[in-house]
Amino acid sequence: MDIAGLSTGQMSHACAVRTCYTPENAREKREAAGVSLPRFTLLVPGNFSRGCHSVQLMLRYIIRRLLQAIPTLLGVSVITFLLVSAAPGDPVSLRTFGDPRMTEETKDILRRQLGLDQPLPLQYIAWFTGLSIRGGDQVAGMTTPSNNCGYVGNLNVTVCDSGGGIIRGDMGTSIDTKQPVWQRMVERMPATLQLGITSLIVSLLIGVPLGVISAVYRGSWVDNLIRFFSVVFRSVPVYWMALMLILIFAVWLGWLPSGGRQTVSLNMSFDLWDRVQHMILPVLVLSFGPIAYFSRIMRTETLEVIHTDYIRTAKAKGLAPNSVWFLHALRNALIPLMTVLGPAIVGVLAGAVVTETIFAWPGLGRLTINAVYQQDYPMVLGSGIFFAALTILGYLLTDIFYALVDPRVRLS
Amino acid sequence: MASTAATVSLKQKPENEEGEAQGQWSVVARRFRRHRMAMISLVVLMIILLMSFLAPYITPYARDTIDVTAPVRPAPPGVVTDAGRHLLGIDHLGRDLFTRLLYAGRISLTIAIFVVAISETLGVMIGAAAGYFGGFTDAAVSRVIEFMLAIPLLPILLIVSAILLKGDDILRPPEFLNRIIGAVLLTPARETRQVVVMIMILVVFSWLGAARLMRGMALSLRSREFVEALRAQGASEGRIIFRHIIPNGIAPILVNASLALGGIIILESALSFLGVGIQDPTPTWGNMLAQSRSYMFTNPWLPLVPGIPLVIVSLCFNFIGDGLRDALDPRLKR
Repeated sequence: MDIAGLSTGQMSHACAVRTCYTPENAREKREAAGVSLPRFTLLVPGNFSRGCHSVQLMLRYIIRRLLQAIPTLLGVSVITFLLVSAAPGDPVSLRTFGDPRMTEETKDILRRQLGLDQPLPLQYIAWFTGLSIRGGDQVAGMTTPSNNCGYVGNLNVTVCDSGGGIIRGDMGTSIDTKQPVWQRMVERMPATLQLGITSLIVSLLIGVPLGVISAVYRGSWVDNLIRFFSVVFRSVPVYWMALMLILIFAVWLGWLPSGGRQTVSLNMSFDLWDRVQHMILPVLVLSFGPIAYFSRIMRTETLEVIHTDYIRTAKAKGLAPNSVWFLHALRNALIPLMTVLGPAIVGVLAGAVVTETIFAWPGLGRLTINAVYQQDYPMVLGSGIFFAALTILGYLLTDIFYALVDPRVRLS
Repeated sequence: MASTAATVSLKQKPENEEGEAQGQWSVVARRFRRHRMAMISLVVLMIILLMSFLAPYITPYARDTIDVTAPVRPAPPGVVTDAGRHLLGIDHLGRDLFTRLLYAGRISLTIAIFVVAISETLGVMIGAAAGYFGGFTDAAVSRVIEFMLAIPLLPILLIVSAILLKGDDILRPPEFLNRIIGAVLLTPARETRQVVVMIMILVVFSWLGAARLMRGMALSLRSREFVEALRAQGASEGRIIFRHIIPNGIAPILVNASLALGGIIILESALSFLGVGIQDPTPTWGNMLAQSRSYMFTNPWLPLVPGIPLVIVSLCFNFIGDGLRDALDPRLKR
């Protein structure tokens, strides 16, 4: 509490000598207290970004955290790879099932072209670097328009370069479309982002005021109603909610379309109203969870803040209640909310998997699910890595917010 | 407003203090009983549990019997055919929906209960060991937890269950688990295997919460005086952990377990709904919902049949979790 009283200059000095706690440490402390939310003692309104650390420290911290993420991502990629390769059947038999022209030999040729005949470690290396390695001189048999092979004489191996691979940024080549995986993901990304960002904004705009209202009118019927519905929204499964909304608004009332991103027409021209209509139901479905979550957090935090001394002082000075709630209380109650935004973003994007499937929304989630069904190995691996990276980024954002908001958090 | 707040804090103060004559758990039980929604939820849940475990005695139909005499399939609730009356109608193949609903509840609830029981026990053990011993154990456990948290749950679960449930030989569940679950569910061996595999998959991803909570509790408890005293008296480490650390840190775990029960039910039915969970002849609320999707435009009541019990059960677990939280930690209830 005394830190908040120091000037900025003193603060940086204090930071150097004081054993601050790190973001990881802070999380532990919260868990030790059995509390799922951060509690801050930073009580000066407006002291948001003036931490006790320089930009340089912050950059170093971010870089260190990003470097730490590399082994995690490697681990996720290995596990996903092992799981996917352990799947029964293989992409070739799946795609040629029941085709009378397909002999075992043709299938073997296809498997060879896709590199599926190789031992697992070599397959992994091929996916990772784009370089596949085979024993002996096989240049003639392996060179295809998409494959560039060369014979390395002194090792007696043939090295083929498919021109991609995860370290060169294209995340491998999709079996289904022969496009780079990254390109397919980038094509789908705008749809997912459109859905995710809109629903995040909607849930913030609804959830935060609900939480504050519920705290301000604590114990009243409004509070009870909001709390009841926050439990309901948290408990009702997303897909059931989606089905019900489709039934009501698309089937019975016929007001809204039941799926897709836009009405299919000959020229597929851009029609804003049509786009908005298609978005309403999926955004609603995606927002229910976060609305419940945000309002719950805002309620707890606002209650926490309005019991503090400085709010009492503000009230004692005779400030209007509204200005006390919204200028002083809300501002500090928002801090913990920011720190859960990272995971919330991840949650919304991951929740898109189910929502996109139900609403036939052409986004990343549906791409992933279809890749799983179709055993499109590189595609599955690519999106697995992408979602993992997103999750790590979400947690990193949270920790950076801690550091920005709470000067006692040390970045080292 | 101010006066009510004051009376609340006055009322709660004596309960807050440690070392009172009344036992801690009786206080908790009393506070829990005062939570109206939680008590209602408990009763509703008991009824649903009883009904689904007495399924063979409640319904006259067998689980997979197809009613060939049905005029239309699916048919709405209350339809009467030559085979008899179908309380909730029949599905697209002509199977009695009420019967399937009961058996599905049996399977969904069994999965949730087993997953939560196993994963919370596992998490508590791992977390307590990590927090109490510290050092290398703690570092290793923390790294594993951090790693698991970075794994995107739903996409990975999709992949894992798609692979494990379809391949018969990839994962061989232990025989005793098969026997126990088979006996509870009265299902043939092949279906039991699916359920057991599903339980194992979900356990792998759901011990993290309990482990993190317990680790935090153990970290703060191990430096308390009473643990010092125990050590000075020569109590073994096993005794300290099992008799003192775990019982003292169990409160948040109970809340976590109750909320996790609701979460697992939803997660399992989401997987079944997406087609990578328990497969058709075995009913679960999730795959019943998935089947209803193709017919819901002509039979809008169809998704309601499995949906309503699913929502009710999930709501009940969440309300019970809330009630437990308020009962165990009066600071949070305001």
